[in-house]
Amino acid sequence: MVIALLVIVCVVAGLLFFAGGTLGLLRFPDFYSRLHPAGKLDTMGALMVLLGLGLHQLFPLTLDSVLTGLKLMLILVFIFLASPTATHAIMDAGFRAGLEPWKKGDPRR
Amino acid sequence: MKKDAAEQPQLELPLVQEEKRSGSAYGATFIMMLGVWCLLSGKFDALHLTLGVLSSALVSYFSADLLFSGPITGRTFRTFFGFLGYLPWLLYQILRAALHVMFLTFHPRMLELIDPQVIRFRTRLKSDLAQVTFANSITLTPGTVTIYVDFHRDFSVHAIDQVSAAGLPGEMERRIARAFGED
Repeated sequence: MVIALLVIVCVVAGLLFFAGGTLGLLRFPDFYSRLHPAGKLDTMGALMVLLGLGLHQLFPLTLDSVLTGLKLMLILVFIFLASPTATHAIMDAGFRAGLEPWKKGDPRR
Repeated sequence: MKKDAAEQPQLELPLVQEEKRSGSAYGATFIMMLGVWCLLSGKFDALHLTLGVLSSALVSYFSADLLFSGPITGRTFRTFFGFLGYLPWLLYQILRAALHVMFLTFHPRMLELIDPQVIRFRTRLKSDLAQVTFANSITLTPGTVTIYVDFHRDFSVHAIDQVSAAGLPGEMERRIARAFGED
């Protein structure tokens, strides 16, 4: 019962982060600032959802369920390595190509 | 003058390390590979374990110098546990900053609150691994993204507003320096 509640809280929080990431992608003013919610709130959302899923399938506690939980955590590790690297690569590409960042007071792009 | 002295070893290290491939690096890579094999296969009969041992040995023969750039010493373990100790704090920072970006995203007058800016600073972290950890930690913390790290250890960071920019380099650099034994 407590576990189910925790799982629901985790997954719903993760979905909220995903929603924030998507909305931020639409609302922020330029290329660079859009990458902030797109790259990172998604990572946070994935963290919460995967934690919830890992908790959900962990009981009853058997070898198989522990292994599955560890695999989910492995996915998390790879997301946490790949996501910032990809965000950095996209942003670096923008600066290399010479796109000027949006400053306070400029019109939306 | 001081800068040159600090940079010289970074230039030389990769060339030197190609020569000495240590047994302990093979061993550690093998154990890690076998661990991942067991985790992913989930079958512990003779056939699967034999295949796992064979392929782990093959992979560690090819790529032992990829994961560990020198022999395993006490320093390797200290760095590993220092990094583990750093992770909870990083997760807490990510959560805190994620909530801040969420607040910005859902705020009706978001355009007045944000103030995107590029900040530049020089880090005192020496090893490549510490610098990569620092750069990726900055990017993982919502509100700041590392744009570029150059040879002189100069970081360019894009920050979404003053609050996100204020914390850099600050405490994160201190904690990474401690984790990697560079204090």
